[in-house]
Amino acid sequence: MLLITCPYCGARPEIEFRGGGEAHIARPSDPAAVDDQSWAEYLYYRSNPKGVHAERWLHVHGCGRWFNAVRNTVSDSFEQTYRMGEPRPDATKERR
Amino acid sequence: MSERSAISVSVLGAGATYSLRIAPELVASVREAAGFDLTGSINTAISTGAKIAARLGPDEWLLIGPDGQSNALSDEIGAALAGHFHSLVDVSHRNVGISVAGREASMVLNAGVPIDLGDAAFPAGSATRTVLGKAEIVLMRPDADRVYRVECWRSFAPYVRAFLEETAREFNSQ
Ligand SMILES: [Zn+2]
Repeated sequence: MLLITCPYCGARPEIEFRGGGEAHIARPSDPAAVDDQSWAEYLYYRSNPKGVHAERWLHVHGCGRWFNAVRNTVSDSFEQTYRMGEPRPDATKERR
Repeated sequence: MSERSAISVSVLGAGATYSLRIAPELVASVREAAGFDLTGSINTAISTGAKIAARLGPDEWLLIGPDGQSNALSDEIGAALAGHFHSLVDVSHRNVGISVAGREASMVLNAGVPIDLGDAAFPAGSATRTVLGKAEIVLMRPDADRVYRVECWRSFAPYVRAFLEETAREFNSQ
């Protein structure tokens, strides 16, 4: 079984988790001020890379916490997990 | 075939059960509420007499006390946490407790629980939310004995109980 390392609980089986899509997407601070195109990009447009991807994950059947993970979308390998609010690890940024 | 000991699966009596949410930095100054020890680390449970305080997340505890004390306990916990922002919900009627006891109890549980229940990974004093088959449960191991406590939501209880009894049959029939 695939193990995912929750930043709070440690390595746990994948079926305790739920994925939450791409991470580090900031909501515009003043939604009324952005044009339709920017708003649509915030809501719907995602990078969808083939390779290393930063994602949100929820340990729903565990501690109940959201956290971020860097996962390779080709191999399904979880390279790193880190708590919400922490920046994406630099070493994981450029590789695709 | 080696000799196997019996596994018993039994439904526990009602308890006064609470879900407590409070920031960890606030708990650090409170430490204890109505006899519940809140100093444990995540995924552990501390038993104090008939009271169990299981820390399920950074800011979440499941508190189980004796049946019939529900109102008195919530008043006491509320008084102990007064002035500290928190949420205390009585979930006594939501939860059912099931005991799984016997030398191979962890193997019975592992028929549906995906986490490592070996002594190194799940020692005495462990407690965590996880799943059993298709149901979410909270699993606790109060002490070193092979006695585990499964807490599940009421509507899942017939499924959880049947699952455990079915699995235990394999160990009890030899
Ligand atoms: Zn967790």
